[in-house]
Amino acid sequence: MTGTLNTVGLGIAGRLRDLTMTIHAGEVTAICGPNGAGKSTLLSCLAGLVEPDTGVAALGGRVMHAVPPRERAQCIGYLPQSPEVAWDVTVEVLVGLGRLPWQDTGTGGGRTAIDAAIATMDLEAFRKRPVSQLSGGERARALMARVLATGPAWLLADEPLANLDLGHALALMGRLREQGRQGRGVVLVLHDLATAMNYADRVMVLHEGRIAADGEPGHALSEDVIRNVWGCPARWLGEPGARALSLG
Amino acid sequence: MNRRLIPILVVLLALAVPLSLLAGRVWIDPFASDTHNASVILLYLRLPRALLALIVGAGLGGAGAAMQGYLRNPLADPGLFGIAPGAALGAVLSFWTGYAASVWLLPVFALVGAGGAMALLALIAGREAGVALFTMAGLMISSLAGALTSLAISLSPTPFAMSEIVTWLMGALADRSWREVVIAGPLTLLGLGVLLVAGRGLDALTLGEAAARSLGFEPRRQQALMIAGVGLTVGAAVAVAGVIGFVGLMVPHLVRPLTDRRPSSLLVPSALAGALLLLVADAGCRVLPLAGGELRLGIALALIGAPFFLALLLRMRRGLA
Repeated sequence: MTGTLNTVGLGIAGRLRDLTMTIHAGEVTAICGPNGAGKSTLLSCLAGLVEPDTGVAALGGRVMHAVPPRERAQCIGYLPQSPEVAWDVTVEVLVGLGRLPWQDTGTGGGRTAIDAAIATMDLEAFRKRPVSQLSGGERARALMARVLATGPAWLLADEPLANLDLGHALALMGRLREQGRQGRGVVLVLHDLATAMNYADRVMVLHEGRIAADGEPGHALSEDVIRNVWGCPARWLGEPGARALSLG
Repeated sequence: MNRRLIPILVVLLALAVPLSLLAGRVWIDPFASDTHNASVILLYLRLPRALLALIVGAGLGGAGAAMQGYLRNPLADPGLFGIAPGAALGAVLSFWTGYAASVWLLPVFALVGAGGAMALLALIAGREAGVALFTMAGLMISSLAGALTSLAISLSPTPFAMSEIVTWLMGALADRSWREVVIAGPLTLLGLGVLLVAGRGLDALTLGEAAARSLGFEPRRQQALMIAGVGLTVGAAVAVAGVIGFVGLMVPHLVRPLTDRRPSSLLVPSALAGALLLLVADAGCRVLPLAGGELRLGIALALIGAPFFLALLLRMRRGLA
């Protein structure tokens, strides 16, 4: 029922032009592109936060803006770029905010989901710790646990690896891929092309509001595409699954 | 959240209310029944006044907690939306036109002023209006109402009217009756109810506006709830007590560390603590020996509030250093 997120002729003045595509659950889809290509705007449209000027975004075949906000929120978890936490709540309370679309924070079902999200993100030891006392990596995990606590069919994150060091970025990508294996649709805006190359099942390259390449990573992030879209001569090194990008 | 917080506040209120009834210019000894007119003083002066302190304090405390949650800023105050200045302008106009002489009309004018500010806010709160734009609009309404109030004072028909206006603006609960309780009580309760409904959306806003939308909370609905909730509580408070500052700012601050810091978990404790603060402060004003009358409650709270905030800022500065 909610196994696809798709757009038909989606356009937003000055940002996105006539995008038609379908994203499937059970896959990690990476959206890549140069600055200003429209990546975050596209993700906001897919999350139902921005209404397009032309065309539609649809969730499981239903036009996004016809889906009631609460039902949409139960189905699509969204992690914004540089997420904020206004009050110094504990990790447990922060993760509990993910149950707001279900309004069951205090009840059994809600508690189970919160505990599971905390366990998935390895946050047991930090459960009672205020957010202000977490490191960058722990904070990113706590915010991701908040999204997981909703138990959404779709997990949309805008540059979830920003501000994470190598080890934490690697661990988080592993967990996100695991979510995809479990049947969730995972859609990530990624800046780092090597991460997209190694971890995504599918890469969509945006350039000036249009899809410049789309498909499995080796194809969509070929050296030709990188040269045309980013304007950089680049070469892939290493084995599939552990590729590195050499520039210049 | 600290489960004992609400019961503790309720017990404190249950102790403070009877004590406050005994305190005042005339002290009433509950064990000696010879105080002259004790029942009249209790029933027609002290009891409505105590209830009014509870109502106004609860409204301002609850509205302050909601405002801080909505703006995601611990320095936000219910006055920021321009509703209190709007209500004050309404009240000042009732003095100016002489209608304040009729006891019912002063609060009605103030409520009309609050309603006007709410309507302006609702007009500005457009489809995509974010929190920042909305707050700027509130500040402008606030400045405009303040300027018009000053204009009304400067053009007041008689020096007597001017002194009446200025005294009223200082905020007090002296010489109030059951009439004010009847006006403010239902409106404040309704407003607090609306704010409680807004609570989940305020929790979601902890994660920012985009995340709150993604959790299913539409900004327009949240804005409408805030306008109605803050408008009813603050409008009612100003209508019966004049402008009383700092409660909405101070109380949520004091109470927040005792909760789990979610805005929704702060609403009820903040309302109860606001009621307690105003009750105690008002009783203090009554018993303070002051030549030429009693200390105005609004002044007393500003005198407590300003140093409180200086101390808070100093502590925040030390925290940053």
